[in-house]
Amino acid sequence: MSAGGEGAGSPEPAPSLELVGIDKRFGEVHANKAVDLVVRRGSIHGIVGENGAGKSTLMSIVYGFYEADAGEIRVNGRPVRIRAPREAIAAGIGMVHQHFMLVEPLSVLDNVMLGAEGGALLRAGARKARAELERLSTEYGLAIDPDAIVGDLPVGLQQRVELLKALVRGADILVLDEPTAVLTPEEADHLFRLLRVLASEGKTVILITHKLREIMAVTSRVSVMRRGEMVATLDTADTSPGQLAELMVGRRVLLRVEKGPARLGALRLQVQNLTVVDAKGTPRVRDVSFGVHAGEIVGVAGISGNGQSELLEALAGMRPIAGGRITLGSTEIGPELRDPHVLRRRGLLHVPEDRLRMGLVPPFEACESAILGFHEEERYRAGPLLSRDAVIEDTREKMESYDVRPPAPLLRTSKFSGGNQQKLVLAREIERSPKVLLVGQPTRGVDIGAIEFIHRRLVALRDAGVAILLVSVELDEIMGLADRVVVMCGGRVTGERLTSETDERELGLLMAGVSEQAA
Amino acid sequence: MRGWILGVVAATAMGGAAWAQEVKPAIVYDLGGKFDKSFNEGVYNGAEQFKKATGIEYRDFEIQNDAQREQALRRFARDGFSPIVAVGFSQASAVEKVAKEFPNAKFTIIDMVVDAPNVQSVVFKEHEGSFLVGLLAAKASKTGKVGFVGGMDIPLIRKFACGYVQGVKFANPSAEVFQNMTGTTGAAWNDPVKGAELAKAQIDRGADVIYHAAGGTGIGVLRATADAGKLGIGVDSNQNGLHPGKVLTSMLKRVDTATVATFTQAKDNKWKAGVSVLGLAEGGVGWALDDNNKALITADMKAAADKAAADIISGAIKVHDYMSDQKCPG
Amino acid sequence: MSAPIEVPRWVDLALVPALAVVAAFLVAGLVVLAIGENPLSATLILLRGALGSGEGLGFTLYYATNFIFTGLAVAVAFHAGLFNIGGEGQATLGGLGAALVCLRLDFLPAWALVPLGALSAAAFGAAWAFIPAWLQARRGSHIVITTIMFNMLASALLVYLLVNVMGKPGSMSVETRVFAPAAHVPFVHELAAQFGVPIPASPLNLSFVLALAMAALMWVVLWRTRLGYAIRTVGASPTAAAYAGISNTRVIVVAMLISGGLAGLVAVNEIMGVQERLLLEFTSGAGFIGIAVALMGRSHPFGIVLASILFGVLYQGGTELAFDMPSITRDMVVTISGLVILFAGALDGLFRRPLAAAFAGRGKGA
Repeated sequence: MSAGGEGAGSPEPAPSLELVGIDKRFGEVHANKAVDLVVRRGSIHGIVGENGAGKSTLMSIVYGFYEADAGEIRVNGRPVRIRAPREAIAAGIGMVHQHFMLVEPLSVLDNVMLGAEGGALLRAGARKARAELERLSTEYGLAIDPDAIVGDLPVGLQQRVELLKALVRGADILVLDEPTAVLTPEEADHLFRLLRVLASEGKTVILITHKLREIMAVTSRVSVMRRGEMVATLDTADTSPGQLAELMVGRRVLLRVEKGPARLGALRLQVQNLTVVDAKGTPRVRDVSFGVHAGEIVGVAGISGNGQSELLEALAGMRPIAGGRITLGSTEIGPELRDPHVLRRRGLLHVPEDRLRMGLVPPFEACESAILGFHEEERYRAGPLLSRDAVIEDTREKMESYDVRPPAPLLRTSKFSGGNQQKLVLAREIERSPKVLLVGQPTRGVDIGAIEFIHRRLVALRDAGVAILLVSVELDEIMGLADRVVVMCGGRVTGERLTSETDERELGLLMAGVSEQAA
Repeated sequence: MRGWILGVVAATAMGGAAWAQEVKPAIVYDLGGKFDKSFNEGVYNGAEQFKKATGIEYRDFEIQNDAQREQALRRFARDGFSPIVAVGFSQASAVEKVAKEFPNAKFTIIDMVVDAPNVQSVVFKEHEGSFLVGLLAAKASKTGKVGFVGGMDIPLIRKFACGYVQGVKFANPSAEVFQNMTGTTGAAWNDPVKGAELAKAQIDRGADVIYHAAGGTGIGVLRATADAGKLGIGVDSNQNGLHPGKVLTSMLKRVDTATVATFTQAKDNKWKAGVSVLGLAEGGVGWALDDNNKALITADMKAAADKAAADIISGAIKVHDYMSDQKCPG
Repeated sequence: MSAPIEVPRWVDLALVPALAVVAAFLVAGLVVLAIGENPLSATLILLRGALGSGEGLGFTLYYATNFIFTGLAVAVAFHAGLFNIGGEGQATLGGLGAALVCLRLDFLPAWALVPLGALSAAAFGAAWAFIPAWLQARRGSHIVITTIMFNMLASALLVYLLVNVMGKPGSMSVETRVFAPAAHVPFVHELAAQFGVPIPASPLNLSFVLALAMAALMWVVLWRTRLGYAIRTVGASPTAAAYAGISNTRVIVVAMLISGGLAGLVAVNEIMGVQERLLLEFTSGAGFIGIAVALMGRSHPFGIVLASILFGVLYQGGTELAFDMPSITRDMVVTISGLVILFAGALDGLFRRPLAAAFAGRGKGA
């Protein structure tokens, strides 16, 4: 692994990673169509594209999860065959997955050694790994306690363990898949600084993301994928978010939602001193109070895992509450009403955060998923049976009016793209004219085209007088959609702002738990 | 007139021809299977003995479920097998039904009585044999505590246990008898691990002689007693040789002789329907004395057992049969 | 982007199981070869024994009847995300239920006694499933553990009752007296004889029709009713069910009641149809075979009927094999069934993956 020889005047060195004509099919799906890619040594190279554009498949091929049907991978100019992650590691390629592959009850050192124990005797391997960890932390500023238990570390540090795992195995090329999805803006900034250091030391970084802001901030070059094809590779300095978005979608898109000022109606949902405790007895939501009026969108901002999910589930009647009051319209929601079924009938509808675990049933036919929560309704009955005709017809109508593609009620739910699944959930909930709509992560894993559609629907709903509570970890989304924002950290509300009177920096600080006075 | 004579001659000739071929013995084992180390195996041993002595082949079948009893019996009967030995009390209703369908076939059922003109029922006085080994157990015990491990809590095993307890009390009225049953499914007859556990538990409570009537489970009982330096008592066949010097004796239930007998009767055209009850008097049950255990049986013990056996045969000692009233005295 | 293995439905439901069976037979053939018999003639004997005569077919379908009941029982629970291993115990209790009615109410005419006996069998089976279900739903006690324990309790209970309470006094047999004729579920050959059609005698009785009806009914319940929708939702995604406001507790209990009831119906075939008395271990492991059947039939009633018939063939054909090839013991027959279960259940992906690849390849060529 020659790292040197990059002085001025020397001939252009071989690219760190080169993909030539990579082609991959999954049955009917042509995931990668003759993709070419050149990644220069010591660069941070972004790869953007909508969900399903083929970027994850491409990187899975590079890391050996799949083998390409055709094409060639070259590392440092030499063709390599990569059939398993083991071979990718041997070729100097490391990967940091979006979902960490860590063993939480083990220590940092154990995790780093896992799969690279270096012989039958653990002790010798452990000594070597410890020394290597120390070297890396001084070299790159990756300080971490080798004996800390991974499960106890904050997410940002867990990610660091993933990085260290790759580096200890001698990775020269680091692939990061959506690394900021779980990070605070602060932590993300820290990660980016780190990536720059790594690049300056001669490591090559490939960053997969759908956040154009990050691409602009950290990469030197960027490649855009669309429908399995590599449509462009550009110097980041020469492009703009607008151009990238257009390349990704294939048409002009509005990145900003157009909306007028909110016309507030009556108070529809009131939350007073709400406390929610999880099954283990740990408080997840502590003493939270806020209200949502008809005709406004209230955003709940916060880093993933700070009580927003529990708040949403408690409001939807899926979780018991440990203290406080929830008032819907003029009715206090006592324990007898705390049932998703009952609340739905009272006009409180819910687009859940996790559509695959809650909003839909992936193995069901789309039309079956489309009646989830409503299968007891009179209109779907035919005597003692479910009227299949009514269910299919109803779904077909929803698919039409929400532009769900393909409009096939009998297709398995899991076969739809994320955006189309989300549209199906929205159609189901919105179509029942809610008084209050709880919305969790409406555009997570949804492509740009569908994001635009979903945002416009939500604004239209607001303008029609629905009270909307929007929980999202995407600050952009909160800033774009919400009229007012409640920030949560550690289960508490750390601040409440009108979106027109705040900015992402201030919200970021509140999300990190810096108190209101200090901010 | 001539026709009649011809008919008789023909019948005799055919009878004679058929007679030579007619001994096509077959066996249907019970769920425990051919090699259950217990009475199914006893039947198998008897059949093998017969085969060796006469050169006559036999067929057998191990059933897997209840429905197969009838199926197997019928299949053998239809293929001309006779006598057909059905092993075990569970075969009764199947034998009853199939015997009616094939009045010319001969059936022998072991351990149960079926009243039909072409069925021979062989039952044993297990209580008598158990009485004798109980007597020996009490005499051999130093602690005055003896054990019994049964397979399943069913009438047959209670019959064993009841005879055993009577024998123990006869020799030592103050002796204590621990009783355990292994299980409630067919597995109870083939669970040596559980058998060993039960034996150990009884040993922990002070038992130093343990009798088993639990088929393959008993192998574990005998091993556990041998390992602990205590004495076991075998059942059905002579199990003294399993742990020489560690098995006090075995209660013999001669299903093997019964099998040989029924096959031989059929061969010699002496087979008769009806019930044969095989007890001490008939040599159907007994206790085993051989080189493996002769050091364990003192002359006094042997004399006592022989006397009791004679008294039982003569009627001086009446061993209560549990099956007569579903009760066991004491 | 993970690639789920997607194959056409007919491949999933027919081709993959068929290949599994063929593979199982090939491996079993090697075993047969190893003990010095001809695998081809063994296969022929097995198939001819199971399907080649009226009697053989009768036995095959009679065995299949039990497996349909227990297979459906496992499948219904499985659709609710529950692994009901208690089919054996539930069937045992079903026998008790049937026997109580048949012994105590035998003054009733057949048209009343038979349905009542069947209902009682289902009710007892359901009741036996209720306790583990309730413990699972309310106390979180794992249903696999509790149903296994309840299998043992059921056999213990039956031994106790048959020896001490319900048995024939003075008999060595651990069984009740024979039921009155009115309690008998008619054999198919008896019915055929009434219409002047002589067919060979076999234990096949009207329970087979009941089993087929139950398979159809279960299909309707699972895929065409609100209850079935709720059951499948809880099974496929408990979180989605919670989101929808479907009560986990209720679904678990109801699904297990149905499951136990179906398992209890084994008694209609065995106790009321064939044995006409209650006896120990009449289930002969049907409850456990039901698990394999449900696995193989992909928990779909149609698949379950097919898989049950396959196991019926193995049972009956295996019996004939043990008759005609004495060197093939019943343990060999068990081995062959085991191989089928192994290939069809555990090694499912063995055929699914290459097939998926083959179908993907065909897509590429087009």
